[in-house]
Amino acid sequence: MKSAVIVFPGSNREGDVLRALKSAGSQAEKVWHAETELPKGTDLVVLPGGFSYGDYLRCGAIAGRATVMDAVRAHAARGGLVLGICNGFQILCESGLLPGILMRNANLKFICHRQFLRVERNDTAFTRAYSKGQAIDVCVAHGEGNYTADEETLKRLEGEGLVAFRYSDAQGHITADSNRNGSMNAIAGIYSDKLNVLGMMPHPENLIEDLVGGTDGRGLFESLVSSFPKAA
Amino acid sequence: MIRNDVAITPELVKEHGLKPDEYERFVNLIGREPTITELGIVSAMWNEHCSYKSSRIHLRGLPTKAPWVIQGPGENAGVIDIGDGLACIFKMESHNHPSFIEPYQGAATGVGGILRDVFTMGARPIASLNFLRFGEPDHPKTPHLVSGVVAGIGGYGNSFGVPTVGGSVGFDKRYNGNILVNAMAVGLARTDEIFYAKATGVGNPIVYLGSKTGRDGIHGATMASAEFDDASEEKRPTVQVGDPFAEKLLLEACLELMKSGAVIAIQDMGAAGLTSSAVEMGAKGNLGIELDLDKVPCREEGMTAYEMMLSESQERMLMVLKPGMEKEAEAIFHKWGLDFAVIGKTTDTLRFVIKHQGEVKADLPIKELGDEAPLYDRPWVESPKQPVIAPNSVKAPMSEAEALLKLVGSPDQSSKRWVWEQYDHLILGNTVQTPGGDAAIVRVEDGPKGLALTTDVTPRYCEADPFEGGKQAVAEAWRNITAVGGLPLAITDNLNFASPERPESMGQFVGCVRGIGEACKALDFPVVSGNVSLYNETNGQGILPTPAIGGVGLLDDVTVNASIAFRQEGEAIILIGATQGWLGQSIYLRDVCGREEGAPPPVDLASEKRNGDFVRQLIRSGQVKTVHDVSDGGIALALAEMAMAGQVGAEITAVPEGLALHAFLFGEDQARYLIAVDEDAAADILYAAGAVGIPAVTLGVTGGDALILPGQQAISVKQLKAAHEAWLPEYMTGKS
Repeated sequence: MKSAVIVFPGSNREGDVLRALKSAGSQAEKVWHAETELPKGTDLVVLPGGFSYGDYLRCGAIAGRATVMDAVRAHAARGGLVLGICNGFQILCESGLLPGILMRNANLKFICHRQFLRVERNDTAFTRAYSKGQAIDVCVAHGEGNYTADEETLKRLEGEGLVAFRYSDAQGHITADSNRNGSMNAIAGIYSDKLNVLGMMPHPENLIEDLVGGTDGRGLFESLVSSFPKAA
Repeated sequence: MIRNDVAITPELVKEHGLKPDEYERFVNLIGREPTITELGIVSAMWNEHCSYKSSRIHLRGLPTKAPWVIQGPGENAGVIDIGDGLACIFKMESHNHPSFIEPYQGAATGVGGILRDVFTMGARPIASLNFLRFGEPDHPKTPHLVSGVVAGIGGYGNSFGVPTVGGSVGFDKRYNGNILVNAMAVGLARTDEIFYAKATGVGNPIVYLGSKTGRDGIHGATMASAEFDDASEEKRPTVQVGDPFAEKLLLEACLELMKSGAVIAIQDMGAAGLTSSAVEMGAKGNLGIELDLDKVPCREEGMTAYEMMLSESQERMLMVLKPGMEKEAEAIFHKWGLDFAVIGKTTDTLRFVIKHQGEVKADLPIKELGDEAPLYDRPWVESPKQPVIAPNSVKAPMSEAEALLKLVGSPDQSSKRWVWEQYDHLILGNTVQTPGGDAAIVRVEDGPKGLALTTDVTPRYCEADPFEGGKQAVAEAWRNITAVGGLPLAITDNLNFASPERPESMGQFVGCVRGIGEACKALDFPVVSGNVSLYNETNGQGILPTPAIGGVGLLDDVTVNASIAFRQEGEAIILIGATQGWLGQSIYLRDVCGREEGAPPPVDLASEKRNGDFVRQLIRSGQVKTVHDVSDGGIALALAEMAMAGQVGAEITAVPEGLALHAFLFGEDQARYLIAVDEDAAADILYAAGAVGIPAVTLGVTGGDALILPGQQAISVKQLKAAHEAWLPEYMTGKS
């Protein structure tokens, strides 16, 4: 599998996700935001975490309009896989690839902590290594992760099974305490209609080794790699 | 001769923070009346912050060398060799005054400044820490300052993309009018790719990089070198505004440019901006510098030479480039969207010449600006010795269990989760030990090595006995690194004191520095970088003497480490080190008995070294995985922290003979560690300790869901945790 990690000015978790992709067995390279095309044979595009353009405007607003995003949109339209993590999720919302928006956290502060997520479905390219309803232990690090959408969008996401992950406790229960940023329906990540674009606030890429907290994040990258036949 | 039409009056000299004799010294040096630009330049170079004029003669006594030290004090940051061709580059620096005036931006730019110091030398920052002191919780300004400073540190570090992995937060009324914000940055570079400030070669281009210059921060360093009064908040315009996004771009662009081989010398524009960076590069290289300010990228129109030379606009760098490589360098900076301008050249005249709009605005001898700065041996008096408080003379006002519950939920001892959850401490994926333990651990690249990092000092000890307090600060940093399995290698010191013009506070400075030096020598723990922050006082009320120590240690195999958490039931709890029950200046005496008195615990450096080396060996050989150093709050608080961290209780059965229980449990004798190991290993460890004369005694056993102190009501771990976690969030939301 071949991954392209897009680097915007202000991206800062590109190295973390490159490490996770490579350790799961993907080829992965950085692609500068000013490029007009993705590398040939790109299977997965990753928009990494960070503060693209400083996030001085709405988070992800400028990156969502960067040159490279036309190529990313075309890749998604062809059914190609796109993963946006944290700032990447914000960029996906701003670029029109996913609905809704990420507002300031309910407590108006940046929060960084370990967080359980409930895997809502395991029949997508991103989650097949998990079981449905499994609570995975990853982490969050964001100031604006409060997922917000209009009622109709929310209804459609829920009705069509497009919610990927919800903030939960260790048993997979959705509680007020486990939804610290105040997201609607405790939504931590959503899919596009065709399930080929995933945006999520939490960072699976930081939980890939026992030494640094655990391995529950590996499943996401292993799922992706296993979705592609090994190159001969 | 050159006057540029502003007459230099005594009032103007005073406004620039220069004493009349200092001004006279400058006039004699240059042989004429200075221009206003020159007055500005000298005020920037000769203030306390930049010249260390009151502290220099005392700092000379600090040990700065060891076989692993590549660069000691005097550069942007200290450099140590950690093997495998890698160097660890680190420094701590204060931003106290700006943070009191404008907490968010003051703290943010403090972080920005120290990150820049580290990457200026070619290192990629891999961790950040801080040391914070606020006024008493009841002071009306305190919550606002806590909120702003924490948000500012997070706002900058999180966006820049460096994990903030450790720190220290405390409260005391002595910081009511003058908080402390000390930020530490740690970076990694290859030992053969370290960059320095020393310029070489005549006629080489001097290049300005980064953000544009504005009118912000003019006289910031002068402001930082004066006492505060009630009108200090009017100084808000002297605080700079941080742009972490620009800094991140600057980092990437600088590292890319350094790889290209174009950089001869580099210096960040920190305190005193363009002035200090240019003078430093020239003076270190025995070269003159000529700058043409018409070429400086400006954010505002009509800026004067004076303003440009004193601006402390952030995220800027000055470089000397190899001639002929300007084009290549410019392309890299434009790729990152940053300004790049050749603004001058090196000369063989040893003069610092500033030209602007066809006029010479300054023409000064470059070496003398630094070398001939005033140097003071200020009068100082030794702090009066405090009486030693006999352990059994202190009456216990409540039961030991009640006292412990009170302490775990007290402002200083309560959990600082509310703070560190606002810092991204997980980015880069190398944080092996997160905040809340003895020292943070970050893996070095893909391993196997790791760095142990900590910031420490106990200001109340330093005030009661500066010499012992200085020793203790170093010993505690050394002990915290040891307690996670690290070999302590070197420190950076951030010396925060009140006015050096008062002999009492100068005496505190002198005593602490001597103590630090003594401990560094004994523990083989040299000082490789640091910062002195004096004049920390408001309306004549000085802060507690606070020499914060930032320690760095090395783990050869980062997977072999220890943490404070009890791991399982049925493990023996062993106390390493001797206990007298020292209650003088203890947290127990202050927060339980309401008494701030007595001599602080003495630090026996030989015992520190012996006990610490023994514990580290236990960790490194894989025998022990649970270790906690014993410090504030003594054995009792250490046990509570170990129980809370592991969610495993303990029962303590050892009762001291001839010593009051509260003195035994809460005394703050130094050189001690608590460890927990299975019963079989415990016997071996006790035997091994006995064989080399190290005091070691079994206190009890882990297990259950409560902490049971001898003869006391059990306190459930849940109850401890509730008290420990509640205070700060409730305080910050106005509930406590």
